[in-house]
Amino acid sequence: MILGEEDYITEEGEFVVNMGPQHPSTHGVLRLKVWLDGETIKKVEPHLGYIHRSIEKMSESLSYRQYGYLTSRMDYLSAHINNLACALVVEKSLQVEVPARAQAIRIIIGELTRIGSHLLWFASAGLDLGGVTPFFYAFREREAINSIMDENCGARLTQNFMVPGGIVYDVRPDFQSRVKEVLKQFKDNFHEYNEILTGNVIFQNRLKDVGILTKEDAIAFGCTGPTARASGLSCDIRKMYPYDGYEKLQFDEVISTGCDSWARYEVRMAEMLQSVRIIEQLIDNIPEGDIVAKTKNVIKLPKGEFYQRVETARGELGVYIVSDGGASPYRCKYRSPNFANLSAIPHIARGYKIGDLIAIMATIDLIIPDIDR
Amino acid sequence: MIGNGILLTITELVIVGLVLLVFLILLAFFLGYMERKVAAFMEIRLGPNRVGPKGTLQIVADTVKLLFKEGLTPDAADKFLFNLAPGIIITTALLAVAPIAFAKGFQIWDINIGVLYISSVSSMAVIGILMAGWSSSNKYSLIGAMRCGAQIVSYELSIGLSLVSIVVLTGSLSLNDIVESQANGWWIFKGHIPVMIAFVVFVIASTAEINRAPFDLVEADQELTGGFNTEYAGMKFAMFLMAEYINLFVVSAVAATIFLGGWMPFHIGGLTGFNHIMDYIPSSVWFFGKTLFIIFIIMQFRWTFPRLRIDQLLNLEWKYLLPISMVNVLLVTLMAIMSWHL
Amino acid sequence: MTKEELKDSFTQIFPAVTFDESGEFLTAIIPSEELLPVMKVLRTKPELYFDYLFCETCVDWKDHLMMVYFLNSRTHNHTLVVKAKITDTINPQIESVFHIWPTAELNEDEIFDLFGVKFLNHPNLRRLFLEEDWVGFPLRKNYVDEHMIEL
Repeated sequence: MILGEEDYITEEGEFVVNMGPQHPSTHGVLRLKVWLDGETIKKVEPHLGYIHRSIEKMSESLSYRQYGYLTSRMDYLSAHINNLACALVVEKSLQVEVPARAQAIRIIIGELTRIGSHLLWFASAGLDLGGVTPFFYAFREREAINSIMDENCGARLTQNFMVPGGIVYDVRPDFQSRVKEVLKQFKDNFHEYNEILTGNVIFQNRLKDVGILTKEDAIAFGCTGPTARASGLSCDIRKMYPYDGYEKLQFDEVISTGCDSWARYEVRMAEMLQSVRIIEQLIDNIPEGDIVAKTKNVIKLPKGEFYQRVETARGELGVYIVSDGGASPYRCKYRSPNFANLSAIPHIARGYKIGDLIAIMATIDLIIPDIDR
Repeated sequence: MIGNGILLTITELVIVGLVLLVFLILLAFFLGYMERKVAAFMEIRLGPNRVGPKGTLQIVADTVKLLFKEGLTPDAADKFLFNLAPGIIITTALLAVAPIAFAKGFQIWDINIGVLYISSVSSMAVIGILMAGWSSSNKYSLIGAMRCGAQIVSYELSIGLSLVSIVVLTGSLSLNDIVESQANGWWIFKGHIPVMIAFVVFVIASTAEINRAPFDLVEADQELTGGFNTEYAGMKFAMFLMAEYINLFVVSAVAATIFLGGWMPFHIGGLTGFNHIMDYIPSSVWFFGKTLFIIFIIMQFRWTFPRLRIDQLLNLEWKYLLPISMVNVLLVTLMAIMSWHL
Repeated sequence: MTKEELKDSFTQIFPAVTFDESGEFLTAIIPSEELLPVMKVLRTKPELYFDYLFCETCVDWKDHLMMVYFLNSRTHNHTLVVKAKITDTINPQIESVFHIWPTAELNEDEIFDLFGVKFLNHPNLRRLFLEEDWVGFPLRKNYVDEHMIEL
């Protein structure tokens, strides 16, 4: 983008400051143009495209087995869940029955991913607000989860483990004991997170009453995930439109009516415990059997349109496939949760200070590659 | 003879100056190493352990790296002020070391207004910071410097008032007199409640004064990429860092001297045998032990708490610390008049 | 509301609609010129009250462009897909629904960037992902990338 002088001519007393695209915090490459009056924010304008890799265009020339692999790079912290969405679209359209073992393992790995993603959010929220130590505490548990992914799925970050029909390869024999070990470590150390950040008065004061997002605004901006659940909106896809075996599980949808950054923080902390509850229901009785259902070598979806939604760690990911009967999608659109959450930020941040913008970004938890695709 | 006298004085000044500079540089190295090891200990990791035995030469390596960096001066910057600012900051930091008593009889300058001198010299650092921020001709530096100026000027009030509470009890501004008056017990024990309040206020306010976390939003790199020292690189940046560590030492030394007795061993008034045994431990060990203890506490703050926002920070001073300090001064005066202290 | 009731309600708003019931959601296809009044009624009428636009995209069918809006009502919990057919592929334009659903702002910037559809009455239509001086609209089927090298 070519910036001219006209970008910086503003009203009396205001000046324009760029935040990004290189951030010292871990959000990604997002450039926010902020119009400031002293310390108060008058307007925020996001500029995107620094990591646009044209995933949707590329998917139009890939097969139905290949296109899911690109989605690992979209929201890389919920990589498994993104792959799951792509697999589910194909399964739904071809009406393939996924074996029970594959379903159970998919759910366990998905929930472990969710815990890992929330741990990284916790680490970077502390880091953004100046508390460096929670980063290391959270990463201790995230390392344990990553090592399970490494042993069973083959990679720590972009795993490509879930394919149409089931999963790629079977888990190791010690999967059950390893997951139990990691869950025990997580539950034992969870009180440390509360002691270091949740109970800290300075942290609470930075987050309370900052960035109010009312329920009507959450619906109007299309926000989903913990961001919307903290405004009182019930939008957990696992409850509303259950998929892939979630209908048989018992867990609570964590909703808070606080509407501010503190509520978003609390919702995510509670969600981690709910994910632990889901895993505990499944880990002791993973059914034996096949890991993948038989599908043709070259998958062709029937002519038509298919939409599948899943709940990633950040909200509703929607995969919309328009198929003309061929071996590649005719049009593949990803409805990304961070895109909608980002569009709410200019509205939420108006009138607050720069430090509050950091707190808002920390709790809305954006992943920029998911926005840019 | 007059000629000899002047030459002797000058030689003495030069030697003392060199010794002091070397000592302070080594101290800054030591504090840098200590900070990294304390941070690692609190973050369940190891810290530097490769360069030198147990990582002791890491800071030396970092300093050498900083010295070799190219020190760019921005084109639009005011060259004279830009180069002067680090000089002012480090000069004021070094000047404040003068009246501090490191051990019994070991003081560079026994001035009879020691407390007032330290307090006024460290206020001059604001000039250097504002100069650095303004002359960088950079929006972020300017915002950072303005925030810093407001912060330092506000917190000096609380520091002054908490120092006043001890001055009231001792009746003298000279650091030597204050230490001597603690021969029968440190002021924090003798003065009980009001002095403890003053101690807590002093530690909090001086953490804000030296721009350390949780009050370090001046350098909050997650928000505005470095504050007033954004444009500095190389040797000048190293001077900012050194000044921060020397300030940390000065503030802790002042707290140790005024509230915890300085080089005075731990005496309990009346128990002469016990006091005699305590005297066998050298006074420099006492002084450095107390100073390092307070430095450790201040370092722990950095790695425990998140950062405050600017308006919360100024709120803390004007609505909480300042009224508490003022009431505390009244309490101390009452205590001194009524001789309720031990 | 069930699919039948939705069909009836929609036909009352815009009689010349065609329905497509092959997918899991009820789809209503209308010409692009009639978009804004229909959307306003869908948003405000109390029995319908579609307040949640959760996906907005465009599909290039070579001889026409089809704008797709996925609507959901949080109060009644029914879903409707509205498709607006844009027949002009040289200079496609359609009304913006930003004033009805604010989430459409960035979505429509993206569609303008990648498909070239101009949105009328959009507050600040700009290229979102690509550079300001990029020529062409990548997600169109007739897009030729001059940066590509044929081997």
